[in-house]
Amino acid sequence: MAQRRAPLEYNRMWQIRIWLFAVFFFLYAPLVALIAFSFNDSKRNIVWRGFTLDYYRKLFNNQDLLIAFANSLTIALFATLIALVVGALAAVLLWRYRFAGKVAVEGAFTLPLVVPEICMGVSMLLFFTRVAPWPNNLIWPLSLGSIIIAHVSFCFPFVALVVGARLASFNKEQEEAARDLGANDWQAFRDVLLPHIRPALIAGGLLAFTLSLDDFVITFFTSGPDTITFPVKVYSMLRFSVTPEVNAASTMLILLTIVLMAIMMVMQSRAQKAKG
Amino acid sequence: MSNVDQALASDAKATKAAVKPIISFRNISKRWGSTVAVDNVSLDIQPGEFFALLGPSGCGKTTLLRILAGLEVPTEGHIFIDGQDMGDIPPNRRAVNMVFQSYAVFPHMTVADNVVYGLKIDGVPQPERDRRVQEALDLVQLGHLAARMPDQLSGGQRQRVALARALVKKPKVLLLDEPLSALDAKLREAMRFELSQLQQKVGITFIMVTHDQTEALAIACRVAVMNKGSIAQLGTPSDLYEFPASRFVADFIGSVNMFEGKLIDDKPDEAIVACPELDPYHVQVPHGVPGKEESSVWVAIRPEKMNLHKDSEAPPSVPECPAAHNVAKGDIKDISYLGDISIYHVLLANGRLIRISRPNRSRWDQDNFSAGEKVWVSWVGSSPVVLQS
Repeated sequence: MAQRRAPLEYNRMWQIRIWLFAVFFFLYAPLVALIAFSFNDSKRNIVWRGFTLDYYRKLFNNQDLLIAFANSLTIALFATLIALVVGALAAVLLWRYRFAGKVAVEGAFTLPLVVPEICMGVSMLLFFTRVAPWPNNLIWPLSLGSIIIAHVSFCFPFVALVVGARLASFNKEQEEAARDLGANDWQAFRDVLLPHIRPALIAGGLLAFTLSLDDFVITFFTSGPDTITFPVKVYSMLRFSVTPEVNAASTMLILLTIVLMAIMMVMQSRAQKAKG
Repeated sequence: MSNVDQALASDAKATKAAVKPIISFRNISKRWGSTVAVDNVSLDIQPGEFFALLGPSGCGKTTLLRILAGLEVPTEGHIFIDGQDMGDIPPNRRAVNMVFQSYAVFPHMTVADNVVYGLKIDGVPQPERDRRVQEALDLVQLGHLAARMPDQLSGGQRQRVALARALVKKPKVLLLDEPLSALDAKLREAMRFELSQLQQKVGITFIMVTHDQTEALAIACRVAVMNKGSIAQLGTPSDLYEFPASRFVADFIGSVNMFEGKLIDDKPDEAIVACPELDPYHVQVPHGVPGKEESSVWVAIRPEKMNLHKDSEAPPSVPECPAAHNVAKGDIKDISYLGDISIYHVLLANGRLIRISRPNRSRWDQDNFSAGEKVWVSWVGSSPVVLQS
C-alpha cells in the first residue's frame, strides 16, 4: 500500500507528475529533435533516413560559418572581459559609496535588463549610424568594435547584479584589517575584496559570455554588412532551407553553452564548499 | 577629604608616576552632520598599560579607537602616537594594530597566511618572516593549526588568529574592539585572564573597547568611562567602583541603590543627607562633601555594602554613627539565589525597591532570611557616596 502523502510532498501527486512531464517535454523535446536530426542522412530534414556525420563534416568545411563562429567567440571574449571590469566596478561603486542620485544610477544600470532587446537593437543601430558612426573598413578585430560595445552594454548589468549580490555578504572589517596590517588601498582591494568576489566574477563572466555568444537581435542591428556572427549566420542559412547543417551548427552552439554552464556550476559549488 | 577629591588624587598619582605617554588624544571631536560621536576628548595612555574604554553602545568609544587606528578621520583635534602627530597618516603607516570585533580573519587564507600577511606587505625577508609567524602563533597557542583554514576554527581560535596577526607586527599599541563579546560565558572568562597574561608577556600597551563593565574592571589597569562622546570618569577599576564621580558612572559600573536627597548638614568631619525615600531616617557620612547645604545631592550605596537585620522594635545600631541614621525598614519581596551570593530585593516603607547582596559564606546562609519577611537595612557611614551630578 502506498504511504500517505505528507502535507508538502506535492511531488508525489500524480497530477503534479503529469504536469512536470509536460513541462519538460515541451522544453526539451524540440532540442532533442534538433540534435537528433543533425545526424539525419537526408537533405529535407523531415523523415529519418539513417545516421550520418556528413553535415558536421560539411559544417567544418563551411568557410563562412567558421568565420562567423570565430567572430562570435572573439566578440564574446572581449565583451565579457570589458563587461567584467565595468560591471564589477559599477557594483563596487554602488556598494561602497552613498551619493546623491544613487537610486537613479542603480536604475540606469539595470535598464538594459528590462528594455526590450528590439529597442536596444534599434537604438544601437541609430547610434552607430547617426551619432557615432563606426568606420566600415577597419581591420578584423577592430571591425567588431561596435558589436562588442553593444554587447558590453547589455552584459555588464548581469555582472553588476551578480557581483553586487556577492558584495552584500562582505565584511568591511576585513578590508579595514588589511589596511590596518599595512596594505594600501590597492593591496587591500587585491588581497581581500577581489578574492571575496571571485566566484561572482566567474559566474558573471560566464553569464556574459553565453549571453553575448547567443545574442541575435542586438547583433543583427549593430553588425555592418561585412560582419556576420554565428547566430546571424544560422539565421541566414535558415532562410534558404532547414538543412541538417543548420541543425548541426545549432547543436554545436548548444554544446558550447552547456559546457560553459557546467563549468560555471562546478566552480560555484567548489566556491561554496570552500566556504564550508 | 571628600571621595571625589580622593578619586582626583589617585588620578594625579597615576599621571605623575608615568613617563611620556605612548598615546595622546588632544581635543578630539568627531561629528557626522549634527550627530556628535566624540566630543572634545583629551586622554593620555601610558606605555605598557592595559587601558579600557568603557561605555554604553553609541558613547563614541569605538569611534575613538577607529580614529586612533586611522580608520576614521577626526573632525577636530590631534592624535599623537609615541609623540608623533598622526595628522593625515593612513592606517597602514601607523604603529598600532587592531583586533576587530568580528575578528576579520581573511577567510581565503590559512591561519599562517593570515598571520604572515602584514609582514609580507611590509617586505620582511623570508627567514625572519617565518620565525616571527611561528613565534606569534606559539604565543597564542595556535602553532599546531597553522595550516588550517579559518572556517575550520572555533570562534575562540579565530580570535587568536586575529591576535597573532596583529601582534606579529610588533605594534607600539594593540587595539581590541569588543574582544570578548562574541565568545560564550565560560570562554570569555578564560580569555579575559589570557588577555592580561598575554599583555604582560609581550609588554605592549593594550587598549580595549568594551561595553561590559565586568570585563573592563577585571582586565584593565585604568578605565575611561565614556558617555555621550565624552569621558565621564578616568581611573583605576577600584576608583570607578568605590569613588564614582557621577550618577552615570555609579550606575553604569556595577549596580547601585541611588537615593535623591537634600544636604542638610555639612561639617568638615560629618555630613547628613535627608532622602525622602528613606524617611524618617537620615544618611550620615563621616566626612565633608562638596556642595552647599540645602542643595540637591544623590546618595549611592552598593548592594554588597548594605546589611540585613531581623525585624525588631528599635532600629539596629550602626557603629560610629548617631542613632536612627543609616538605616531603613522594609520587607523582602524577592530573593535571587545565585550560589555564591544571594540578592535580596527589599521594598522600603516609602515604596522604593532596593537591592542588597549577601555572600553565602556557609552552606546554610541562604536560609537566614526568607521572602515576605520584615527586615531592617543598615550600612556604615563610609559606604555611601554623595554625588552632586
